[in-house]
Amino acid sequence: MALTTAPDPTRRGPGSVRPRANRRGPGRSRHGDGLAGYVFLSPWLIGLMAVTAIPMLLSLYLSFTNYDILTPWSEVEWVGLANYERMFTADPSWWHSVRVTLTFALVAVPLKLAAALGVALLLNRAWRGVGVFRGLFYLPSLLGGSVALAIVWVNMFNRDGAVNSFLALFGVTGKPWVNDPDWALETLMVLAIWQFGAPMVIFLAGLKQVPTELYEAAAVDGAGRWRQFVNVTLPMLSPVIFFNLVLETINGFQGFTAAFVLSNGTGGPVDSTLMYTLNLYITGFTDLEMGYASAMAWVFLVAVAVITVIFFSTGRFWVHYSDGEDR
Amino acid sequence: MVAATTRPPAAGARPRSRSALRLLVLLVILAVVLYPLVWMLGTSVKSQQEIASNIGLLPERFTPGNYTEGWRNFDVSFGRFFLNSAMVSLLTVLGNAVSCLLAAYAFARLRFRLRGVWFAVMIGTLLLPGHVLIVPQYILFRSLGLVGGEWPYLPLLVPQFLATEAFFVFLMVQFMRGIPRELDEAAKIDGATAFGIFRHVILPLSRPALVTTAIFSFIWTWNDFFRQLVFLSDLEDYTVPVALTLFIDSTSQSAVGPMFAMSVLSLLPVFGFFVAFQRMLVEGINTSGLKG
Repeated sequence: MALTTAPDPTRRGPGSVRPRANRRGPGRSRHGDGLAGYVFLSPWLIGLMAVTAIPMLLSLYLSFTNYDILTPWSEVEWVGLANYERMFTADPSWWHSVRVTLTFALVAVPLKLAAALGVALLLNRAWRGVGVFRGLFYLPSLLGGSVALAIVWVNMFNRDGAVNSFLALFGVTGKPWVNDPDWALETLMVLAIWQFGAPMVIFLAGLKQVPTELYEAAAVDGAGRWRQFVNVTLPMLSPVIFFNLVLETINGFQGFTAAFVLSNGTGGPVDSTLMYTLNLYITGFTDLEMGYASAMAWVFLVAVAVITVIFFSTGRFWVHYSDGEDR
Repeated sequence: MVAATTRPPAAGARPRSRSALRLLVLLVILAVVLYPLVWMLGTSVKSQQEIASNIGLLPERFTPGNYTEGWRNFDVSFGRFFLNSAMVSLLTVLGNAVSCLLAAYAFARLRFRLRGVWFAVMIGTLLLPGHVLIVPQYILFRSLGLVGGEWPYLPLLVPQFLATEAFFVFLMVQFMRGIPRELDEAAKIDGATAFGIFRHVILPLSRPALVTTAIFSFIWTWNDFFRQLVFLSDLEDYTVPVALTLFIDSTSQSAVGPMFAMSVLSLLPVFGFFVAFQRMLVEGINTSGLKG
């Protein structure tokens, strides 16, 4: 029961089930349940102010200061743009963390989505085993973000780990991948790809929405499987691909736990796993340079916003919305 | 299937061999996906020497001692860490369920000034990276005396009681939009107030969305590391993920078995949820693209 009543934004237009609310305008919303509305909204509003808005403004202010948590507020100095200047011109490790984060996202996200789509295509048939496979493939997405799994992963790619044992079967001598600056980040990418289950489930739902008539029509026109995939599946799936791409990219930028566990909180070996958020954590909470860390946080926020805008503005060129979809 | 029908009859045997091939490929992928988990389980019951020498998945000699050793590895027992984690997770579930439901009802059903604006703001916070706010939140909570205070979990829990997890608000708004408005109208004619409609119509009908929210918010909080790392500083207040990282500090190889044993235990609650609510979790991430 619970399953069938779960909402599905792909099927339901924003106004289709509430005709009266459709015509609401700024003038109309004035009367009605004004007081009740704000009563119910008040926890959220307080949260918005106290947990989101005020901290954001505070962090903007701090980014122009040399605040560290130890000196009293009266002695905090306004340093103007010095933090931003230092970040862009005098902090190689900041640039390094940007590079590490971008590399991680640019490699891991497309591979993860490709794996997700590939497996979804394999599973997109009605047969008895589908549910079991789908569930088991999804399991890593539930467990993968935990410290426990990061620990397992690091040990698996260690000198005596399972990966090297496996390679030894073929006479290949492995290396301690996680201690090698050239390979440490790659092991984290593999961990991310291993969690392909969540986007896979979303792809599967998308594939179910593609009308079979389109495949039949394409087949009548003589299109083979590949042509059908390129000309029917991909365009019909593009809103879901877009959705997964935005979500996974933004998540990819925020990878923290595995990098922390692999490097014991340092971003090593040789800064090779210094993800942006890890760098931010080290700057703010190990070095206690909270003013500088705030500047880093704001640059991160702006970067994520800009990338999201770029996604949405380029999306209109390749994302195909057939009607009835409101994503 | 469709493509096969357009092929000459000679290829009639093809669909069968193709589906056998597909099954084979899926089984190989499944093996790769499950390998780390099975390996973790196997290693957690291997002795110290075996961890270094036995490359097989299963131990030659079953060594459950890693579990008792890991449990008592630090000055504070792992039982305490599990209790701390359970408390934080369950209170987070309660906070999210209540506060997000209230906000969602306002957004989905009530008409009030600036609703559209607030809704847009809420959607905006969906994509706001949590890491951006951690420094100022830490400073604010610390200046209120809540960090490392009497009860150090307040900085973790207060936001959860204020509907700051926009995903859940969004999920519930989407769900409530599917509840027929006629029910509200009927209740209104019977003299129900906005609160009455909430209590007697929306709340009972929103149970599926509440369950989804509860499960995801438990799993996310149970797995969460970043916020717990930042806000918890005393060993006895540690939650399981923070305590697990203590194993990494002890560089000696001897801790690998106990470390794996505790890692296995730490994943059990999530695994339990997976077994019990597997279909619901899988359906759940479709509802609004929630991440597991």
